[in-house]
Amino acid sequence: MLRPRITPCLLVHKGGLVKTIGFKTPKYVGDPINAVKIFNEKEADELIVLDIDATVNNAELDYRMIANLAAECRMPLCYGGGIKTPAQAKRIISLGVEKVAISSAAVEHPELITQIADEIGRQSVVIVLDVKKRLFSKDYDVFTKNACTNTKRSVFDLAAEAEKLGAGELVINSIDLDGAMTGYDLALAEKIRQAVNIPISILGGAGSLDDIEALIRTCGIIGAAAGSLFVFKGVYKAVLINYPSLAQRDELIRRAFY
Amino acid sequence: MIHVIDYGLGNVQAFLTLYKRLGFEATRAKTATDLTGATKIILPGVGAFDHAIELLNQSGMRPTLEALVVQDKVPVLGICVGMQILASASDEGHLPGLGWVPDKVYAFRANEQSASLPLPHMGWNDVQPKPGSLLFAGLESDARFYFLHSYYFECDEPSHVAAVAAYGFDFSCAVTAGNVYGVQFHPEKSHHFGTKLLKNFAEL
Repeated sequence: MLRPRITPCLLVHKGGLVKTIGFKTPKYVGDPINAVKIFNEKEADELIVLDIDATVNNAELDYRMIANLAAECRMPLCYGGGIKTPAQAKRIISLGVEKVAISSAAVEHPELITQIADEIGRQSVVIVLDVKKRLFSKDYDVFTKNACTNTKRSVFDLAAEAEKLGAGELVINSIDLDGAMTGYDLALAEKIRQAVNIPISILGGAGSLDDIEALIRTCGIIGAAAGSLFVFKGVYKAVLINYPSLAQRDELIRRAFY
Repeated sequence: MIHVIDYGLGNVQAFLTLYKRLGFEATRAKTATDLTGATKIILPGVGAFDHAIELLNQSGMRPTLEALVVQDKVPVLGICVGMQILASASDEGHLPGLGWVPDKVYAFRANEQSASLPLPHMGWNDVQPKPGSLLFAGLESDARFYFLHSYYFECDEPSHVAAVAAYGFDFSCAVTAGNVYGVQFHPEKSHHFGTKLLKNFAEL
């Protein structure tokens, strides 16, 4: 049986790992390579690493860091942050990264999704949509540039468009729930699952393994991505990288499907 | 010495790092001369079928590789698209494959049993090896591997099937024909399951 994926999502800011709340107040939580080593030991399903400076600073990508991460990473790795061209995507793949995540650039220039898919294969193209719930509506707006720019476009429209243009996976990232640790937006996850027929991952809100179980129970085979949950421990949010064991994950999935 | 073919596709470094950790000698082969002395060959790959064949042709390694595999019977392990190009042909491309495992590769989207499922087939899936498969020694029960693909290998010759996985139906996720082996999943990214498989290949 194909299993739901439980995916730590790590944010890189000024060379270090950080965790944000509502896309703001980055808190330093450690060294990226060290975190990858710990997730190797825990045999994590896969890993997402997003450089949150790259797009905003319009910087050239830190290929040396990406190469170091890829060399260390013994699980599938998805890298995102600042990718604007097929050539950049191709170079990242050549460094040993399995998937590239594109957000702002793909929303502003949707044709880029097709160009990058043609270059590296659609299975490696991940589109990240950062979303906020609209007031008095069941729809969600897609934001770009680290939640600074509201495109005023519906996530469901953009998700379907991204699939049509060549996305291999979608990551739906809730700005409202970033760092909140109060549970996923299950209504959003369910509607996205129905809107597209490519793999999806939901990010934002996970505060416990129960939240992941609830997501899987609602959506079936899905990616449950989380930041805070896997870097903080306890009510005082002490920094401690953690991840469920293989047996815990099997038990969680078994319960969710029961 | 294990030679990992570097023709611009796939995660060559991941194999080198993994074999170093296991204590096996492994090296990167970028030219035909680099292939001298190969006793095991790994053919990685990601992306599209035709692109992989074109890059392999451009690398200048193909004639030497064919001599090693077909005449000298050096064991070779194709990974992901590196497995698919072992076939004779693919729905995904127009170019002929290497034909070392003379079967065909098809699209999940065109198979009615998998057409309605999310594609690509992505994530960790259970793998059921065929009894006696050397590649899967010690992985007979509860083995799982990471997959990322939209096309699947179909063996007309049942003896070519080394393992199956289910995605709408049971497809051949590992194939074998003499000294030629292929796996659709990524053992280099499949934690201790993949490590065990790559160790088995090194010890064949």
